Amino acid sequence: MLNKIWPIFIIVSFIYAILNGRVAEVNSSIFESTKSAVELSISLLGTMCLWNGLMQIASKTKIVKHLSKLLDPIIKKLFPDIKREEKVHDEITMNIIANIMGLGNAATPLGLKAMKSMQEKNKDKSRLSNSMAMFIVLNTASIQLIPTTVIAIRSSLGSENPTAMIVPVWIATLCAALAATISTKLLMKRF
Amino acid sequence: MTVINYLSNLAIPFTILLILTYGIIEKNKVFDTFLDGAKEGIEIVVKIFPTLIGLFVAIGALRYSGILDFIIKLIYPIVKFLNIPTEIMPLAILRPISGSASIAIGSDIMTQYGVDGKLGMIASTIMGSTETTLYTIAVYTSVVGVKKTRFVLLAALIGDLVGMLISVIIWNFLS
Repeated sequence: MLNKIWPIFIIVSFIYAILNGRVAEVNSSIFESTKSAVELSISLLGTMCLWNGLMQIASKTKIVKHLSKLLDPIIKKLFPDIKREEKVHDEITMNIIANIMGLGNAATPLGLKAMKSMQEKNKDKSRLSNSMAMFIVLNTASIQLIPTTVIAIRSSLGSENPTAMIVPVWIATLCAALAATISTKLLMKRF
Repeated sequence: MTVINYLSNLAIPFTILLILTYGIIEKNKVFDTFLDGAKEGIEIVVKIFPTLIGLFVAIGALRYSGILDFIIKLIYPIVKFLNIPTEIMPLAILRPISGSASIAIGSDIMTQYGVDGKLGMIASTIMGSTETTLYTIAVYTSVVGVKKTRFVLLAALIGDLVGMLISVIIWNFLS
C-alpha cells in the first residue's frame, strides 16, 4: 500500500509546489521533517521503554488472571461457538489482554495463533467463520488502556497536559468497539 | 471537564501503582522484569523509525507545497454533513490504512493547530481510539489463507467511523 501512496504523495506535492511557486517552503520542509521524525522517535523511545517494562511486570502477575475472569462473560457473548475448555479460548483471552495492556508485539503472535486454531475447526477453509470474523473485528478496535504512543507524541510537541485525552479515548474506543461488534453480530446472519 | 481531566491524570499513576504493588506482593523480580520489557520497547521504536522518517517527509511535502490545504478545501462540502472538521479529514482517511502515516499526519495536525487546542485534542483522541484496520485485517486473514473475508472490513470501518465521530462530539462538548 505505502509503496504506491508514498511516492505519489511526494511527487504530486513537488509538482504542485513548483507550479505554485512554493519551492523554497518545500525544500526547507524536507529537512524540517526528518528533524521532527527524530525528535518524535526520541520521546517515543522513552515512553515505549517505560510502558513495555511496566506491562512486562504486569504480565507476570495475577492481574492477567483477574482480567481474564472479567473478560469471560464478554468472550462468551462474542464467541458463542467457543467453549471455555478449548485452547483457543485462552489464546483469544491472552490476545485481548495484551491489546488492553498495549503490548502490540505480544498481541499479534497470540492473535495469529488463535486464528490458526479457529481455522482448524472452520468447515469452509476459504471463508472466515463467525468466530474468526468477530475476532478480527475485535482486533481492529483499539482496546487499549493507556494510549502510550499518542501521549508520547503530545509530550514531544510540548503539550501542557499530554494525558488529557485518556478518558475521551476510553469513551470513543468503547463506542467504536460496541458499534463494530454489534454490526458484526448483525451482518454475520446475512452474509 | 475537571472530573475528566482528573481521571485522565489519575490513570497512569494509578496503573503504575497497581502493577508495582502486585509485583511486590507476588515477590517478582520487578526491576529485572522491567528491564526485559523496556529493551523490547527500544526494538519497537527502532523498527518504526525508518518508516517515520519516510512518511514525515511525505506529509511535510503535502503540507508545505500547499496541496493539503487545496485538498481540504476540495473535500469541505463532502465532509460538512459528517461534522468532522476538514482539517482532521487527512487523519481520518489515513488512520485505517497505515499506523506510521497516521502518526505523521496526526503530529502534523497537532503542530499546525496547537497540540492542546480543540483540533489537536480531536486528533489525539482519534489516534488513541482507532486502529490500522486494513493492516490488521490483511495480516489476520493472510495467516490462515482465507480469501472470503465476508463483512469484516465493513464492520471494522463502521467501528472506526463511530470512534471518530464520538471523538469529535466529545471535544465539541468539552471545549
